[in-house]
Amino acid sequence: MSVFLSLLRRDLGLLLGGERRGATLLPILFFLAVAMLYPFAVGPDAPVLARTGGGVLWIAALLAAILPLDRLVEPDMELGLFDQLALRGISEELAMTARMVAHWLSFAPALLLAALPASALVGIDAATLRTVELGLLAGTPGLAALGVLVAALTAGLRGGAALGGLLVIPLAVPLLVFGAGSLATGGEAGLALTAACSLVLVAITPFAAGAAIRSGRG
Amino acid sequence: MQECRLTAHDLACRRGDRLLFRGLALDLISGAALQVKGANGTGKSSLIRILAGLLAPFAGSVARSGAMALLDERPALDPALPLAKALAFWQRLDGPTENHAAQLGLLSLAEVPVRYLSTGQKKRAALARMAGQGAPIWLLDEPLNGLDTRGVALVEELVAQHCAQGGIALVASHQPITLPGGAAIDLADFAA
Repeated sequence: MSVFLSLLRRDLGLLLGGERRGATLLPILFFLAVAMLYPFAVGPDAPVLARTGGGVLWIAALLAAILPLDRLVEPDMELGLFDQLALRGISEELAMTARMVAHWLSFAPALLLAALPASALVGIDAATLRTVELGLLAGTPGLAALGVLVAALTAGLRGGAALGGLLVIPLAVPLLVFGAGSLATGGEAGLALTAACSLVLVAITPFAAGAAIRSGRG
Repeated sequence: MQECRLTAHDLACRRGDRLLFRGLALDLISGAALQVKGANGTGKSSLIRILAGLLAPFAGSVARSGAMALLDERPALDPALPLAKALAFWQRLDGPTENHAAQLGLLSLAEVPVRYLSTGQKKRAALARMAGQGAPIWLLDEPLNGLDTRGVALVEELVAQHCAQGGIALVASHQPITLPGGAAIDLADFAA
């Protein structure tokens, strides 16, 4: 457990703090920028904005989660970190679990907070905002897992970052369908399915990403 | 230091279509040091990675007893962090062991971010990380790259110390290096 906490502390420190702080704020600012631009693009038609605003927030959240993809796994692979961990008997699975938790902590709480001003920008009501927040709470762990999984798969490839972004989008469709779908029905079923998608992704990511790191060794 | 042993039997290594070496055997016991020589591209690094268990041999087997520490061209220290903090991460994982920062002349660099260090300083930092692991088996891949004469002497001193304490050191280097016992193999002798 103390090994896991050491890894988590390091990963969080790198994703949140120090030199790269600006890069952590970027996804949140990007999220807010999309929410701000949307009313300009579709015009000040309040009913249209209220009806579609929730879905736009979901797309913005998905795209914001893709932004930090290139610095999730690749830099540490170049550093030889995973080789050093393997020599100490620390599995890639454990390292990837820590990375997944750190990635979630680095963007999701801030995103949930940013959804409050964003909801005002796109003009959705309190009940919709509640569904968006619950949906993002259920869906962001899945987005974080997907980010780590794809980052591990594409680490070391030329143009891996761009490819990673493209790969995440189709894989995130179930999350988006159920998450944004819960807005239309307002029901708990959509939220439950979003959480189920997240659970599956969170469960398979440590193993799939760990295997990707191992097979990437040469 | 605990008893340790590193044995390899009939190793062969293939990279792509090329068989780099074959029929390589070695048996190192506590206190032994061995230099692996060879021109560029003869498979020194591959041999190290096979011995470390990071690369599967094309044929043959490796048996190890004792933990291993690896030094290669990647320092595995976070570039953005000050050196002391980057080393502290590994110290937390490895537990309290001997600190080699003073011996390697790193004390004055503690607050300098790793990415500002020179090649030689980075190598020394990586040496401190490896020595601080407290593992009995050392695998060093080109440890002299980028080091000045004083640095080379430091590496030789560290390795001699380590072997005197009953550790194993396997050094892959194309440069001359003085090791206790002076044993060496040349990968050219095992070329396929």
